[in-house]
Amino acid sequence: MKTTNDTAAHGGDVRLTGITKKYGSFTAVHPLDLTVPQGSFFALLGASGCGKTTTLRMIAGLEEPTAGTVHLGDQDVTALPPYKRPVNTVFQSYALFPHLDIFENVAFGLRRRGIKSVKKQVEEMLELVQLGEQARKKPHQLSGGQQQRVAVARALINHPKVLLLDEPLGALDLKLRRQMQLELKRIQTEVGITFVHVTHDQEEAMTMADTVAVMNAGRVEQLGSPADLYENPRTTFVANFLGTSNFIEAEVDSTSGSEIVLKAGGGKLMLPEARNSAPARTGGKVLLGVRPEKISLTHADDAGDIPEGRNRITGRIADSSFIGVSTQYVIDSPVCPEFEVYVQNIDRDPRLTPGAEVVLHWNPEHTFGLDAAQDIDAGVETVEEEVA
Amino acid sequence: MAFVNWLKRHFVVIAGLLTLAYLLLPNVVVTVFSFNNPKGRFNYEWQEFSTDAWRDPCGVSGLCGSLSLSLQIALWAMLGATVLGTMIAFALVRYRFRARGAVNSLIFLPMAMPEVVMAASLLTLFLNMGAQLGFWTILIAHIMFCLSFVVVAVKARVMSMDPRLEQAAQDLYAGPFQTFLRVTLPIAAPGIAAGALLAFALSFDDFIITNFNAGSTVTFPMFVWGSAQRGTPVQINVIGTAMFVVAVLLVLVSMAVGNRRKRQRT
Amino acid sequence: MAAVTEAPPLAPTPAPQKKPPRKRGRWMPYLLLLPGLLWLVVFFALPVIYQASTSVQTGSLEEGYQVTWHFATYWEALSEYWPQFLRSVLYAASATVLCLLLGYPLAYLIAFRAGRWRNLIMILVIAPFFTSFLIRTLAWKTILADGGPVVGALDALHVLDVTSWLGWTAGDRVLATPMAVVCGLTYNFLPFMILPLYTSLERIDPRLHEAANDLYAKPSTTFRKVTFPLSMPGVVSGTLLTFIPATGDYVNADLLGSTETRMVGNVIQSQFLRILDYPTAAALSFILMAAILIMVTLYIRKSGTEDLV
Repeated sequence: MKTTNDTAAHGGDVRLTGITKKYGSFTAVHPLDLTVPQGSFFALLGASGCGKTTTLRMIAGLEEPTAGTVHLGDQDVTALPPYKRPVNTVFQSYALFPHLDIFENVAFGLRRRGIKSVKKQVEEMLELVQLGEQARKKPHQLSGGQQQRVAVARALINHPKVLLLDEPLGALDLKLRRQMQLELKRIQTEVGITFVHVTHDQEEAMTMADTVAVMNAGRVEQLGSPADLYENPRTTFVANFLGTSNFIEAEVDSTSGSEIVLKAGGGKLMLPEARNSAPARTGGKVLLGVRPEKISLTHADDAGDIPEGRNRITGRIADSSFIGVSTQYVIDSPVCPEFEVYVQNIDRDPRLTPGAEVVLHWNPEHTFGLDAAQDIDAGVETVEEEVA
Repeated sequence: MAFVNWLKRHFVVIAGLLTLAYLLLPNVVVTVFSFNNPKGRFNYEWQEFSTDAWRDPCGVSGLCGSLSLSLQIALWAMLGATVLGTMIAFALVRYRFRARGAVNSLIFLPMAMPEVVMAASLLTLFLNMGAQLGFWTILIAHIMFCLSFVVVAVKARVMSMDPRLEQAAQDLYAGPFQTFLRVTLPIAAPGIAAGALLAFALSFDDFIITNFNAGSTVTFPMFVWGSAQRGTPVQINVIGTAMFVVAVLLVLVSMAVGNRRKRQRT
Repeated sequence: MAAVTEAPPLAPTPAPQKKPPRKRGRWMPYLLLLPGLLWLVVFFALPVIYQASTSVQTGSLEEGYQVTWHFATYWEALSEYWPQFLRSVLYAASATVLCLLLGYPLAYLIAFRAGRWRNLIMILVIAPFFTSFLIRTLAWKTILADGGPVVGALDALHVLDVTSWLGWTAGDRVLATPMAVVCGLTYNFLPFMILPLYTSLERIDPRLHEAANDLYAKPSTTFRKVTFPLSMPGVVSGTLLTFIPATGDYVNADLLGSTETRMVGNVIQSQFLRILDYPTAAALSFILMAAILIMVTLYIRKSGTEDLV
């Protein structure tokens, strides 16, 4: 199966150039340039309606772009109908043919391309997804997880240059989803095909993908490796959509070498120049962000023990919940009303209960700076979204 | 008191079964009287047991001819209405187009109109055109009133079909024609079959519209109607009974086959 | 198989890409609609219009008819045949109510109580269709025959005394009375009531009954507040499917009734096929159509179910 890789080094690159989709006056996807390198596991991450599925369907040929081109390797496939593109899709809720058994579902693509002896290939493929026993069953006789694997097998057997996955795990329960994430990752490593995976689940995107593109309102907000996106978000949307972030609105006090000094609520906070994506003029505003797990919590009585050189702010514990591996605190602080702090469950300080005065402190290296002219709550998942 | 309680608890079952009896009573009578040997021309009073009619079902002149004519018309009407109706159903579900509302009412109206009105207006048209009443006018009329029922049956099925199935077929290298042949048609098939069966039954059993537009051609229902005026041969009951029995047997056999297949699968 | 010729080039061929963007056939729906709609327009809509024009024509069979906007035909038709119109509506309405009363328990039985008998009962409801309805209607002549067991029993129970007093039957006869006609209509259209009722009852989640019971509803209250309202779509389409054809029917009135039970269908039929007074027949048929469309529209508005097709 790896032979395809060797023939053309970039044979499986997906290249989108200025691709746009408009429905009447509504723009689902704004002009978008994107390159997915051969053999990578690429995720398009975003809330529902952000344009990620539309983008995927334009690669598959199921949706005609209003403008722009789609290239697979060197081939411009923009004008090709889906049945002429060397691309296959794992559909949301699988779209298995209900009138065909599992074997015929998997053999469908081969047969349409005129291949007569499909038996060996189909059996091998069913082995790969561990469904050899189920070949003669109808789709509705299988469990959700099994159906999902049939959908993957049905697409992969065609050795597509790119496999598109549209929320492939959305219909599965949490435990099965975890299992299938690892399974898909294993299959991808085994076959070496480019996977483009659409999901609204940030954990799923981060565990599986090499590269994640975070989409919002028809645009790619940021693109990078999962760790890069998490550690260096460049917009509040990315900072909030991937995990949780605390923000402090601060004023630039001075810039000295590689450090920016910020003023907030009377105190001074340090921000490394390299981790700031906002314009930093003296007197200007910057949103200072820090992840909850980077912060240490010290009771106000022990404030003297905190080492020098750490960013610090004071506050009062408003709420705490014990999770097991950690305790999550909500801190009421003059610079930010609901500061979230996750403290690892190593040594618990019994004084850290609601009402206690505390000092929050963290390594300035863990601070990031964002343009203050944005909605602080962009990308915060609401309750409805989590249910869906 | 216990009896009253029992009655209360099983009221639905008792009432339902009584209705079922009401529905089936005429068929019982038809069957019993197919073994009658009536004295006069009419077969309404029980005389004595006889199997004469069963041994010679075509013994009455014109009866079997009308039956075969009705079967022919029903087959052609089924074919015509199914093809035209399926096309309309697909257009309605799959495409957006102008005048959708008008199209919907044109399909709904024939079902919401008493047969006698349709029959009379169609006859007016045929008379004005100077058309020769007979096989063709009957067939035209039957396709017309069966069409809407096919549309409804097929539409329901196509609407419940996941559009992603066709997209999946396209994604798996099936062109438009292959997609239709391998995916759309097999999945829509039960709806189309239901529509076709309905069309066949409606056409075969139609009397009012046929009566207006048949001229001197005699279909099976018209033969029965005519004999109700002149004298009812026992053979009518024989044919009625035979069709009932054949239909029930066909359904039972197909159900048994379906069940066995299901059991083999699991 | 055709698929052999269709195999797309999967190797990265430098394909000529200056093709125009794919056309998603804009004319396709019209192409699909055209033959069927043409059929309906020519053989359904056009005849209705033709008939409307016939109804305002005057003339004779020998000399031909001309459109003279002779609306008096309507007035004459109505004043002469209003009893038949009234009868049609009354008989059809009674048959519809009876169908609902008789059909509901059976539909309920099939939907919720039949268990493994469900399919068998379903077959028994549909199977009579395969015996021509005329043959089955003739069977009622035997069932309701004078001095037969049914009439004898009704007589013995003094039911006939009551119905005779109401004018539904005549003396010790049932045949050739309004009751026989309504009985035949009810019988003929009962399956058209049962099937839609069953379809909408079957969609009701049985757990709703349990939920209602859990929330202190007696079985009768559960039926009134939960089951019946949820089955309304079936009730509406069932009553329409019964009432409309019953109003225009003339077979039952002819086979089971007498000259005293003639319905408007009988009049139209004899005007058209025997008396050959086309304008009057057309006017009658047009009035019937208009009356039914108005009644149906009002009924659908009132019951708030728009999606019947």
